[in-house]
Amino acid sequence: MTAAMSDSKTRLLRVSAARWRLSIILTTIMTLVYVGFILLIAFNKPLLATVLMPGLSLGILLGVLVIITAWVLIVIYVKWANDHYDATVAEIRRAHQEGN
Amino acid sequence: MPTAGPNTVAMAGFIIFIGLSLLITWWAAKKTRSTRDFYAAGGSVTALQNGLALAGDYMSAASFLGIAGMVALNGFDGLIYSIGFLVGWPVVVCLIAEPLRNLGRFTFTDVVAFRLQQAPVRLAATAGSLAVVAFYLIAQMVGAGNLIRLLFGLEYELAVAIVGFVMLAYVLFGGMIATTWVQIVKAVLLLAGAFMLAFMVLLQFSFNPLALFNAAATEYGQSVLAPGRLVSDPIDAISLGLALMFGTAGLPHILMRFYTVPDGRTARVSVMYATALIGGFYLLTFILGFGAMVLVGQDGIRAVDAGGNMAAPLLAQAVGGQAFLGFIAAVAFATILAVVAGLTLAGAAALSHDVYVHMFRHGHASEKEELIVARAATVFLALFAIILGILFKGQNVAYMVGLAFAIAASANFPALVLSMFWKPFTTRGAQASILFGTVATLLLIYVSPTIQIDLLRNETAWFPYRNPGLFTIPLSFAVGVVVSLLTPEPSASEQFAKLEQQIHFGELN
Repeated sequence: MTAAMSDSKTRLLRVSAARWRLSIILTTIMTLVYVGFILLIAFNKPLLATVLMPGLSLGILLGVLVIITAWVLIVIYVKWANDHYDATVAEIRRAHQEGN
Repeated sequence: MPTAGPNTVAMAGFIIFIGLSLLITWWAAKKTRSTRDFYAAGGSVTALQNGLALAGDYMSAASFLGIAGMVALNGFDGLIYSIGFLVGWPVVVCLIAEPLRNLGRFTFTDVVAFRLQQAPVRLAATAGSLAVVAFYLIAQMVGAGNLIRLLFGLEYELAVAIVGFVMLAYVLFGGMIATTWVQIVKAVLLLAGAFMLAFMVLLQFSFNPLALFNAAATEYGQSVLAPGRLVSDPIDAISLGLALMFGTAGLPHILMRFYTVPDGRTARVSVMYATALIGGFYLLTFILGFGAMVLVGQDGIRAVDAGGNMAAPLLAQAVGGQAFLGFIAAVAFATILAVVAGLTLAGAAALSHDVYVHMFRHGHASEKEELIVARAATVFLALFAIILGILFKGQNVAYMVGLAFAIAASANFPALVLSMFWKPFTTRGAQASILFGTVATLLLIYVSPTIQIDLLRNETAWFPYRNPGLFTIPLSFAVGVVVSLLTPEPSASEQFAKLEQQIHFGELN
């Protein structure tokens, strides 16, 4: 029992660490992208005012891209968690209950 | 030319659609009630349903009326809100949603209090939640007041009062049936309304959004496509940006939604659906805002409401006539009603359940007694919202909601993150962080130009920035950390391992 417990404990630690790592990477990417965008608004307005084609400024294009980035990051996380995290946690849980 | 004032066709359309949506809501809620208990809706709500409900909760009057108006009056700077309201969601899904689902029972306070002392944390969290709810409510009142004034030609003050009482009646009667279905019906209505409106705008620009943006730039200058008209100060821009990003993860009525689904996985997937819907909706606000700028005109919008909140309804009138105005106004009003119902219930529950029952009666109060207190709290909140709704006349509702986000990001978000990720966090630390975040944010809003110059008509404001997030969010974290280190709480650190385990497994039996 103790062997199974400690095994499941290491596996839990590993999958937990993997999840936090991905969470923190994705949150950081979002923060960098968004804060970068906000910093451009704050300190380089002329750049964002650049007109790429009639009706489309760089600011509007980047704004749309920030919205799309947010959604892509969420899809990446949900896909990873559904495919890997859930399966591993379910396995550990089974092992844990059998161990008891 | 669009005009403000009563119009029979618009009024008839409004009343028909409001009636219909209430009927659908009532029917759907009744159907749900027969199978599931109101509070324990948990287990029955699917990911897509919860995604729609989350979207419904999130897209308040601010999103539809406020952002459209802000873009129409200021161009690009209004889009900062569209974008900022969305970027908080990856934070929610990566850091908050699943742990919240696995740790708590009914509210996010359960999570903060998980390994701390219940009563002191609950009291502090109630203060934070109420402040968020109050600002959110005021924004909805300002939106609804303007809407009724536009449609029925009433004085703004009278319109706000009437709206307040209609809402009060709706919540007192609908409180029991205001389930997830209310938000679902409303989210579908709102998305359909915004989509139809955008479609009719683009019809005039051969379905090329760039042609629309270009028309706006030709008429009002290229600067409408560039930042700077509204948020000219760099610090203000960053401050607003941070509040919007981290506020979402601290909104009590949004966080509550993760308890209506069966498990962490459904919580996670529901956020994916919600973000797709909300993101799509915010892309539509680009078109609605610039559409109103071109097809209604800034002067026409400003003449009806200084805050620009009536841009979307006026746009509906311009592209689809009086009946369409009635429809869009009804959609907006249904949106406001649903959001207000959720907010008022959340506020009333906090006051009656957490404060009255736990603080004054030490957990010993009959259900009847609690219900009376909850009703009284609802009436109190409605009166409060009416008075402040009148005071904040002429403010943009998206801006007002931005302030609610600042409070949520400063009061709730730091405590939530610290309680889940930082082992030495203590009861005193949680209390101090939440109360500091709430009080500091409210104070800074009070001394900001919005209250001092716009409302009180003073010459200057003591604090130069309109959104305090940049200062209050890091300070709340710092207060939480420092106070925790000063007041060690061994029992709280000891239970950290249990918390970590439950974050992944939920409650193990």
